Amino acid sequence: MGRVYASSPMPAIEVSGLRKAYGSLEAVRGVDFTIEEGEVFGLLGPNGAGKTTTVEILEGYRKRDAGEVRVLGHDPERPGPEYRERIGVVLQQSQLWPNLTVRETHVIFAGYYRAPRDVDEVIALVGLRDKADARVKSLSGGQKRRLDLGIALVGDPDLVFLDEPTPGFDPAARRAAWEMIRSLRSLGKTVLLTTHYLDEAEQLSDRVAVLREGLIVRVGTPAELTSVDLQTEIRYRRNGEEVLVRTDEPTRVLAELTSAAVARGEELEGLQVRRPSLEEVYLALTAEEEEVEA
Amino acid sequence: MSAEAIRVPGRREPRAMFIHQLRSEQLVFWRSREAAFFIFLFPLLLFLLLGSVYSGRFQGVPPSWAVLAGLIGYGCANTAFAGLAIQIVIRRENGILKRLRSTPLPPATYVMALLVSTLLVFALQTAALFLLGRVLYGTPFPPDWGSFVATVVIGAGAFAALGTATASVIRSAEGSSAVVNFILLPMAFLTGAFGPAHGYPTFLRAIGDVLPLKYFVKLVNAVYLHGHGFWTQPEALAVLGAWGAAGLVFTIFKFRWEPTER
Repeated sequence: MGRVYASSPMPAIEVSGLRKAYGSLEAVRGVDFTIEEGEVFGLLGPNGAGKTTTVEILEGYRKRDAGEVRVLGHDPERPGPEYRERIGVVLQQSQLWPNLTVRETHVIFAGYYRAPRDVDEVIALVGLRDKADARVKSLSGGQKRRLDLGIALVGDPDLVFLDEPTPGFDPAARRAAWEMIRSLRSLGKTVLLTTHYLDEAEQLSDRVAVLREGLIVRVGTPAELTSVDLQTEIRYRRNGEEVLVRTDEPTRVLAELTSAAVARGEELEGLQVRRPSLEEVYLALTAEEEEVEA
Repeated sequence: MSAEAIRVPGRREPRAMFIHQLRSEQLVFWRSREAAFFIFLFPLLLFLLLGSVYSGRFQGVPPSWAVLAGLIGYGCANTAFAGLAIQIVIRRENGILKRLRSTPLPPATYVMALLVSTLLVFALQTAALFLLGRVLYGTPFPPDWGSFVATVVIGAGAFAALGTATASVIRSAEGSSAVVNFILLPMAFLTGAFGPAHGYPTFLRAIGDVLPLKYFVKLVNAVYLHGHGFWTQPEALAVLGAWGAAGLVFTIFKFRWEPTER
């Protein structure tokens, strides 16, 4: 396509000190993060954590109360057509014209961009080739979501916002959607993914930020989050009783346990060593507040 | 309109964007059977019905002529006020307006295309009313087309402003049709768009006297039935202008692109 990249890599998104209140409710209370070009970044958190507010500020829908925001070098509060040329948006909920076909809908959106992608190519990319001439109202929920993704991609954006891309999908549809989102990465797109599904964030994101009550409580790769935050669990049975050891030094503890057992000539029955899943980390992070209050 | 009629414009000039959006609007409108029926066909059916029920003379002309003038008034309010308001509410509540705002399509181009598309539907409807009237009841064509077109554009502009204003206060897509027709149908009866309102009780006529449709029908009567220039009706122009301006100001302050928070 002959796209020209800046010679020095510039972050796709830079956010610092971002704040936004609705009346007395502080939805976002000082958020900082940076998303590099070509990165898939997951914004994770329970409902009401400030995910959608943050994303809608970046998309140019809302004005911030305080903080610095640069998206593709633009301030989304004063988004020119140049900015809108380069972003693609999948909103949390939107319906399109029920009586138009999949292709017609793509053609309408393609017409808004200076250099759109080939409409049939995009329809094939999102897996709707067989439905290209079907009316939008005849599509299943998952197919409608793919249509949303298709019209977000038809302008050939550099940055794609995906707000809860797979709500209520069955496992097969979710896998298919994940494959599509992975294909965005191979196209070199930067993706900001909002989700409250942990497995989704873990599967798709290069890095994840966990948001709680308007603050980022952790940022890192899924592996970093799971290794840093919770202790490794070592389980075994001794005299029929379950023993559980939580430790920050699994290597040392395990060596001690096993050498002691070998010295005694015993077997550590049912020995298991496991790192916490992102889900456990996430639950621990988002539950801290209640523990403090209790 | 067929699917082939819309294409991706090659260059992204403002005019190309406008034409693209106008074509898209026309496709969306005609593809929806409900809209095409209630907005486009309904006034034609009313004309078939009402054109033959009255006898004698209204306003010094055969009743079918006056009915045609009244239905042009009703059709204008139905298309530019009711149809536009319902379409805007449905699009807003479905998130289409919000979705469009994230594209490079300028809001002004979008609004202009929607208004021109609405006017185009109304122009086709008016042409169909004239042809139907000519064939069935021998009604005349407008004596002065220039004055007639000006009248229609003024009326459609005022009702479109009121339509966008009304859309701003309606909160749900499901209720939009009911709310809008609750305003439109009584207005059409009270202002004589469906036939003379002289026999109505005084207080009902008093309500009709402040509504914009009464003045639009009056303007259409003067221009179409009596061959006067549209500028000979300063009172009607002033009232329509005032309603249109009020609608526009309200729209500017209250228009929302995003669905109602629930």
